[in-house]
Formats: sequence, C-alpha cells, structure tokens
Amino acid sequence: MADTRNDWEPKILAFLCTWCSYAGADLAGVSRLQYPPNVRVIKVPCSARVKPLYLIRALMEGWDGVLVSGCHPGDCHYIAGNYAARRRFTLLKEFVEYFGLEPGRLNFSWVSASEGGKYADVIKTVVDRVRELGPARRMVKEYAEPEKV
Amino acid sequence: MVKIKIDGRELDVEEGTTVLQAAEELKIHIPTLCHCDYLEPHASCRICSVKAQNPEGTWERYVTACNYPVWDGLVVITDDDDVRSVRKLNVELLMSRCEPGVEVLDALADEYGIDKANPRFGYGEGRCIMCGLCTRMCQDRVKAHAIGFADRAAGRVVTPPFKKEAEACIACGACYTICPTGEAKLRDVLGREVLHEELTLATTKAIYVPIKQAVPNAPAVDEETCIHFHMLEKGLDACRICEDVCPKDAVDLDAKEETVELEVGAVVVAPGFAPFDARLKSEYGYGRLPDVLTTLDFERMNRADGLTGGEILKEDGGHPETVAFLQCVGSRDTTVGKGYCSSVCCMYATKEAVIAKEHDPRIKPTIFFMDMRSFGKEFDRYVERAEREHGIRFVRSRVDSVERENGKLILKYENEAGAFAREEFDMVVLSIGLTVDDDTKALLARLELEADKYDFVTSPPFRPTDTSRPGVFVAGAAAGPKDIPESVTQASAAAARAGAAVAPGRWTETAEAEFPPERDIAGEPPRVGVFICHCGINIGGVVDVPSVVEYAATLPYVAYTERNLFSCSEDTQRLISEKIAEHNLTRVVVAACTPRTHEPLFRATLRDAGLNPYLFEMANIREHCSWVHMKQPEEATAKAKELVRMAVARAVDLSPLTDIELPVTQTALVIGGGAAGMTAALALADQGFETYLVEKEKDLGGHLHHIKYLPGGADVAPFLAELVANVEGHEKIKLFTGAILKSVSGFVGNYVSVVEDEEGEHQLEHGAVVVATGARMAEHDEYGYASSDRVVSQRELEEALAEGKVPHGAGSVVMVQCVGSRDDEHPYCSRICCTEAVKNALKLKELNAEANIYILYRDLRTYGEAEDYYREAREKGVFFARFEPENKPVVTPHGDKVKVKWYDIILGEDVELDVDLVALAQGTWPDVAANKELAEMLKVPLTADGFFLEAHMKLRPVDFATDGVFLCGLAHAPKTLEESVAQAQAAAARAATVLAKPTIKAEGRVAVVNERRCVGCGTCEAVCPYNAIEINKEKMVAEVNAGLCKGCGSCAAACWSAAVDVAGVTNEQLLDAITAL
Repeated sequence: MADTRNDWEPKILAFLCTWCSYAGADLAGVSRLQYPPNVRVIKVPCSARVKPLYLIRALMEGWDGVLVSGCHPGDCHYIAGNYAARRRFTLLKEFVEYFGLEPGRLNFSWVSASEGGKYADVIKTVVDRVRELGPARRMVKEYAEPEKV
Repeated sequence: MVKIKIDGRELDVEEGTTVLQAAEELKIHIPTLCHCDYLEPHASCRICSVKAQNPEGTWERYVTACNYPVWDGLVVITDDDDVRSVRKLNVELLMSRCEPGVEVLDALADEYGIDKANPRFGYGEGRCIMCGLCTRMCQDRVKAHAIGFADRAAGRVVTPPFKKEAEACIACGACYTICPTGEAKLRDVLGREVLHEELTLATTKAIYVPIKQAVPNAPAVDEETCIHFHMLEKGLDACRICEDVCPKDAVDLDAKEETVELEVGAVVVAPGFAPFDARLKSEYGYGRLPDVLTTLDFERMNRADGLTGGEILKEDGGHPETVAFLQCVGSRDTTVGKGYCSSVCCMYATKEAVIAKEHDPRIKPTIFFMDMRSFGKEFDRYVERAEREHGIRFVRSRVDSVERENGKLILKYENEAGAFAREEFDMVVLSIGLTVDDDTKALLARLELEADKYDFVTSPPFRPTDTSRPGVFVAGAAAGPKDIPESVTQASAAAARAGAAVAPGRWTETAEAEFPPERDIAGEPPRVGVFICHCGINIGGVVDVPSVVEYAATLPYVAYTERNLFSCSEDTQRLISEKIAEHNLTRVVVAACTPRTHEPLFRATLRDAGLNPYLFEMANIREHCSWVHMKQPEEATAKAKELVRMAVARAVDLSPLTDIELPVTQTALVIGGGAAGMTAALALADQGFETYLVEKEKDLGGHLHHIKYLPGGADVAPFLAELVANVEGHEKIKLFTGAILKSVSGFVGNYVSVVEDEEGEHQLEHGAVVVATGARMAEHDEYGYASSDRVVSQRELEEALAEGKVPHGAGSVVMVQCVGSRDDEHPYCSRICCTEAVKNALKLKELNAEANIYILYRDLRTYGEAEDYYREAREKGVFFARFEPENKPVVTPHGDKVKVKWYDIILGEDVELDVDLVALAQGTWPDVAANKELAEMLKVPLTADGFFLEAHMKLRPVDFATDGVFLCGLAHAPKTLEESVAQAQAAAARAATVLAKPTIKAEGRVAVVNERRCVGCGTCEAVCPYNAIEINKEKMVAEVNAGLCKGCGSCAAACWSAAVDVAGVTNEQLLDAITAL
C-alpha cells in the first residue's frame, strides 16, 4: 500500500487521560505550541481505561504507533489508575518485542495539566521515533488485488 | 448589495465595502503596507493599486484597493503585468528613501522582481516608509496627538510637534508596536509601571489571561495600563481597538462597577496575604543588585509555563550554578515589625531548590536558615530527601548582607558556632514571608474586625474561625500565616460555622431547573447531527471548515451537517435545539474546542431539546488541531476531518444514560469523643443533622482532660465543660460512651454500622462518617522517664503548674525536645511540643522568676505567631541549646538531682549540669493497631507512620478518597488543639455537603457487568481503587456498586473476558474510534 511512497507520514493514535494529559494537550493548544500533525487523540477517563487490546488492535488497523499518556505517579485522579496502566504496558511492551514488533511503536508518558510544553515535546519525540521505524504493516491483514490472484 | 467581478470571479457585496475587503472575501491577496483593519485607510503606500474598469470596458483607471469603494458592475483586476509594474514603481520609490535591509520592502522587492543590490532609484536613509500607521494610531485611536507628519515632499518626516520630545506622549508604545519597519522607537518601552509591582521580571499587557489554566479562561482588561482608561481620565474616548478586534463583541469597555446589596446570614472573610516587600531588607540588595530575586520571582522562572519556560536565568542570560536561598526575610524579624514565623517558607524554599535542580542539574542550591521548620505532615521526610537525594545544602546561620563584587554576589553570614564567613553565589533568592497589605487592613477596618499587632484577624480562644464580630468568620492566612492544607481546612471550618448560622434557610431560595420530557430513542437508527465551529478565525483561519463539513456529510449515519461561526454562542445553542427537532437527530457531534470546558454547555442544550445529554460527542479541532498546526493548514484540515470521523464513530455507539440517584440517610456518625469528635458532632448537629457520637471511654474529652491552658494563658477546663455539656444536651446528638464500633458497611449516603455498648448492640444507619479517633502520647523509657520521679513529661509538668505547683519545688529544669519524635521509629515531627515547652517554661517563670530553665532542642518550631512566646522566653532568660540527633543529651537521675550532659555547639564542648527536674517533650503517636482495624472497616488508607491518609495532602485535607468518609484531629496528624477544632469543623462542613440533600447523584458513566460473560475471577475487584466492584460469591459474577464507582475503567481494561465495560466509554465505542480511519 502506502509504504513505498516517499511522502509517507506516520499515523499515531494517542489515548490521553481526561484529567492530566488531555488537559496538558489543551494547554499546548492555548499556548500555541506547534507540533507535528500526525497524532489523533482519543480521550479516556484514565490511562487505566486503555485495554492492551486497543493498542494491538490499533497496530492491526494500520496505525503506525500508539501513545498512552496519564497523570504523573501519585497524581492520578482515580488514586492509582496510572500505576495499573504502567504495569500493563510494561508487560505489553515486552510481549510485543517477543512476538517481533518494534517496541518503539508503543509509547507511554506522564504529562500533567500544566505541562503543555512537555506534551508538545512528547509528540515530537514519538513522531520522530515512529518515522524512523517506518510504516507498521506487520500486523495489517492485506489482501492482494483481485486481478493478481 | 452590489454585484462586482474581481479577477473574473463574481461576488455580491454590501455597498460601501472597499475593493480590499471584497477581495479578502474571495481570498484574493492584495499586498498592502499602510493598511490596518482598525485604522482609517490612508492610501499612501499605493502598493494595493489595482485596475478598475466599468463592465463595458470603456473606462479604466488605477485605484488603491484599500479605500476605493465598490459600485454595481465594477470590474477589478488585481494582478496583471500593468498592475505589477505600477506596484513595482511604487516599491522602487519607497526604497529610494530608505536604507537597505527594510524587511517589508525587501519582501516586496523579491515579489516584484527588483534587484535589491541595485534598485532603480538607489537607496536613501532611515527606515520610515511614510505609511502613517503610527500617526493614525496616535491621533485617531490613542488620541494623544503626540506624533504627526511634518514638512513636505522628500523632506517629509514623522515627528513629535516641533521635533521635540512631546509632552502629549503617554508612552503607550502603540506607535512602536504598529511600526512595520522598526523606525518608531520609544526611549524605554518597558519603562512603564507594570501591573504587579513585585513581579519585576516582565511587563504585563493591558489585556491578559491572569493564569493559563484560569476558569473561566477569559482575559481581563487592566484599567491601570489600558490606554482607553488612561485617556478617559483626560476626557477622551480613545483606542477601543480590542472591541473592534473581538468578533464576538465580548469586550465592553463601558461596563461599570456597581454596588450590590445582599441580605446574608453570615459572612466569611478570606482576603489572604501579601508577600513581604523584600526591599525593606535593603542589606540583601533586592531591587538594587542584579540576580537577587524573591522566591516569588524564582517560582515564576521555575514554572514550565512561565516566562523563561522553566529555565533559571541570570540577568545577563547565563545559567547560575550556585544559588543561595535566604530564609526568614520579613519573618522572625522585629526590625521590620514582623516578629512572627511565616510558617511556609522553609518548605517552599526546599521545594523550589529541589525543582530548580530537577530542571537544571548544574544548579547547586544552598539554604541559609535559622531553624528548619518542616513541622507539617510528611514534611520532615521531604526535607531529608532534599538533602540526601537531591544534594540540597542546608546551612544553619544568620545572613548579614549581600554585596556584589566582580559580577558575583557575596554573602556574609555568621554560622551556628558564631564564626563569620563569606561565600560567593551566582544568584540569591530571598524567602519572603507572609504579611497583611493595606487593602486587607482597610477591609478589616470596614468590617470592624479586631486584628492583632501584626494585623492578622484575631479569634477568641478555642474558636479558630470566629472573629470579634458574631456572624463573621475568617479563613486562611488573614488569620495568621498558614499553608495550603491549613487554609483549605480553615475555609471549610468557616463554612461549617457560617452553615450553622444559616441552616434553617437551607433550600428555601433554591430554584429548580425545568426540562422537557426526554425523548425515547430506543430502536431508532442513529441519526447524527454534526456541527462544526469556525471559532471566528481560531479554527476557520487554519482549517478549511467548509470542506470538513462536506466530508462530515459523507460519513455513515450523519443526517445533518452545519457550520457555525461560534458553536458556543447562544443563538447556535438555539439552532442546535431546532435542528435536533427538525431532523429528528438522535446523536450530536460538535467539532470545536476542548470538551473539558464546553461539553457541559452542549449537554445542557441536548437536555433542553429533550435528548438524553449523554448522546453527545465532541471533536477537539481547536486546541488539538488549528492552534497547534497553524502553519500546516492542509494537514490540519485532514486531521480535523479524521477527528470528526472518529467522533462520529464513537457517537453512533452512544446510548442514553441516566445519572443514578441514590437516597441519603441524612445522619452522621462521628467516631471518637475527644476535642475533634465533639466539635465535629456539634458542628453537624448545629447544621441540623442527626449525629451519632461513639466514644470508647466512659468519659468524653480525651486529651482535653490533660491540657490545662493554651499558650497565652486561656484556661482549657471551662472549654471542656462547655463542650461536654453542649454535646450531652444537644437534641440532635445521640451519644454512645464506653462503646466500640464493631462494623461498618455500605457506601456514601447509605451506611449501616454496628456499635456495642453496655446495653448491647445498636444498628445505626447514617450517610457520612467522621473519623476523629485521635492519637496517644509517646510511651517509652528514654532519658530514665520510668525510673525516676524527677524525670517527668511536659504533660505532667503542665498539670502541676496549672495548680500553681512546681514539681519538687524545682528551681532548675532541663526540657528535652523530640522525645519519640523525629527518630528512626517515628520519623516525623510532633509539631506541638516546641510551643508546649515554651508555654510551660513561661508558666514556670511566672511562678518562679528565678527558676533556671534550659530547653534542649533540635529545631525550635514555634511556627506562626507562637514565635512571640519563643522570643518572650529568651527575653525572660530561658536558655536554649541545640543538639544533633546522633549526639543526644545524657540524663542520669541521682538522688534528688538529675545530671544532664550535652554537647554545646556554640561553646564547642560538653556541658554538664545538675538540675532538680527534667521535663520530656513526648511526641504524639498514632494507635497503629486500632487505626489499621478501622481503616479496613472503612476501606481508607493509612500513612507509613500509621496516621490516616487524606485524599490529597494539599487540596483535600479532611476528605478521604472514599466518598462520605471524613477525617479530623490527631488521627490525621499531630496538631494543636485549635487546629484540631478547625479541622473538626471542616470535616463537619464536608460531611454536610453529602448530608444536606435527600438524594445523591452518581455519575451515569459507571462500570457495568455482562453477567453471561463474567467468570467471577475477581481481577476487577483487585484493581478497583474504590472497592466499587465485588464478586457475588453465590452467583460467581462481579457486581458494581454504582454509588461508589467513579467510572475510571480500570476494571474494564483488566477484564479477561470483556465482561466489564464502562457506560459512555464502552469497548465498542473505543474500538470503533480506533478502526474508524
């Protein structure tokens, strides 16, 4: 599909928790901090809401990378959801590596509501990292075009 | 309307429109130099020249687009060889009177093919292009008439009258700001007085958003710096550019202050504090020496969203390495009239030092202090970590002065042993104290409230939020220096007192909102309405909104699309309502700004239109798109389309939700009958709530039986008697003494507890719980306490002194501090012992002025206004000596004397004394076993030390994370009697927020269990932080308690078999959003 095109741009799906990271992303906007337009955001109540399945599913759907961002340790609006998320994703990352995917496609960060600048930096870093890795096609089911079958 | 044609494209425009405005509507670019939307057209630069023709083509001339009005049939050509050559000539003429390198001319030269190295008419001098923006600004808008054109033709210049410095100039800087070439200069643009005088780091604009996260996030106009208000004083109606700029007409410069009369039953005064003016300590050089800052300045630099983006910078732009913090600037200092301790500076300086080091590891902070007063909950641990892990250096000293030599700041100070030292620093930060400013003083005088000599509001003993005037209550630092948790606590306490005063009026003036009946959409296919917002130019200026609308219309289930200039405006709300009815919409998607601020508004609109408010979804195409991709309009548009697509995908899966209403038992249970428990019970009962008070002992009162007098002398016994009588006599309080709490079950609003006393078991129903179980005195045998009656506790000493007796008629007493506090087993400060020791020393001096009293301490922590007693004790000859924890005093009782030996730091040698009595400041210990048991019953956490742990150390000091359970008194942490009283009242006020309403609303977005999928594994139960999901052992499926669930979704993410889901944020919704693109 698109992987050989020169103008390929990575597509990244971000899950941001409502209370910290989404607010931090809002602050980046209010502060007019410019960052690459490669990220699409899904707002979730807490980083702990994100099932590891979603991340795998995103890679299967052709997203080139994912980002999950929550409150700083100790700041979780739901007491300790971000710790639960951290445990899940540490495991997932190892698992993903084990079955042969680049772990750089899964990204996690802590961004607080006052860290607009950090949010913009995180996005830049993640976009650069995923761009380096190239398009994620290993989990995408592709069908040959009918005439070639 | 007139019909015109520009570059072959037809357009209908209003009469009176200029060619420039008409071209803008077609997004046809015409270059300008002297044009500004907010000034009258000048047509002086001629760069906007275009060709105007009549429709027949029989008439043609060049006109300036900026001021040429359209007429019916007008044909305009904005860009052909003729027009270009006209513009080129004009640019060359302008270049001939300017020096090379004027950027705006260079850009035009490039555009019109002019050789910049060798223009046709050469170059001139200066940078002025005669655009007249500055003169029009000064004359027409600012109305100062301080500059204008003088002379003619080639000699024409912009100048003040008579080419002399103009008195009429108000130094507003408008000319400087608008000048496109940098010709207009102000002698010192930043010389104007800035808004917040103490923040000398930068100027503030006349219109500004006070803080970035302000709610509402709306700018304010500062009358003191605004040109309009400045000129208004001269009778001129000037500027008003902001009104013209705002597309929503939200700026109203004519709004007036008004006086409103309110009838109220109680008043809470919370005017806060002002920072100490560091210039009053001129020896430290603030405002005089570069790189001497206050902690407030430093904190502004330290902020990631601050002026320097979190970078610590010296005045020369370099990075400081050595940074000194000077404590007690404007605190503990009678020379500036501030004899009190400001209570917060030790902690905030430590925090700032740590944060500065985190931002820039090269920074080496040193804190120069007298006593480290980290007396709050968990504070000592923080300071220890700062020293051990972050390498912050602490120097016990007094700083004499700060001077500057060879670009370095020289600190001269005296260390603890009395030696003088000099040290060089790159930056000095003054830890300024808390004071009362003149505005507050005036307010207190108007309210006729008594204040003490430091201008802090005085409260009667034992009533920390009351004032000298009945019905008026005080909260926060206006009543004495205090930090955030204590201010928050006192604020809730004041609310409890005010609440009691107005309790009979509760709900009498409440208006209920009325809504149309909710439409049942069950079984209907989704019909999505998509509303896309331009947000003026905020979104529309970057994102191609019409194309997003077109795209949205092609998405599945979308039944209606529309674009709005402002989706949040009132008329758009009406329009959305109408469209919901007209198109029978069952879901609404708004693509606009952040749902964090605007979702509630749109939900209310849905509700008003008879649609369930949860059938709503937002796409954030402003904060997450147009504002952050301003230079990439195409990418931003593509992103906006995809965000809308994902939002629509999520919206399709939405189903109506109802906020759950649960009944509330409007009764409270208070556990513990000491000062805190009794105060909390009384505060609840006074607010009209039935209250159960459970005390394990036979008698009420707890520690109050042993505390005899307050610092300052107030007698405790009458207070205790009054408290007990009030509790026992209150018709709304049901008392259980000699009783044990056996079990608590249920959740917020609906608890059932079992209490057992002599009469047997009682089953109590209640809606809230206040934990006031207290703590106990440290019990151990340090310093020979158990073996000699000459070694007593401060409490025993106090009980004797209160009766006018000195134990053993002692003429010499040594008091040893930190007994059972700040050691390995109890690594926290017990907070009250320093003030207690000083209090008892003064009492002893009162009984026997000749008594020799020695207080051996580690840091003397008489915080707040108790510092006055410390000073009084020193003046009366009480001897204070410090010891290090690794070198504790040695106490050896022998006969009727006690030998005390300690290493004296000032003398540098061991000192040995034979005294009559030793009094030990025994710390406060939590009852760990009992606390553990209760914590398990209530499902609330404990700290590492065994005290109860509140929901948030700073912002929610009396709440637990578990709704409906509140905390006060020594069970929370060591504190003074008056602090316990305030906290108890605060807990009562917080409990009242649950009890005041007959029902409680739980969020509709909670976890739901699909029982057919659930295998009862219990993973969800293990991850739930609120104990809101449990396995039903009979059915072996998980069950959600909707009253406790907060909808975080941790259980749903943990579930192996996708049996748990969160309503409103379902797996289906999220997966559909993931797969939408």
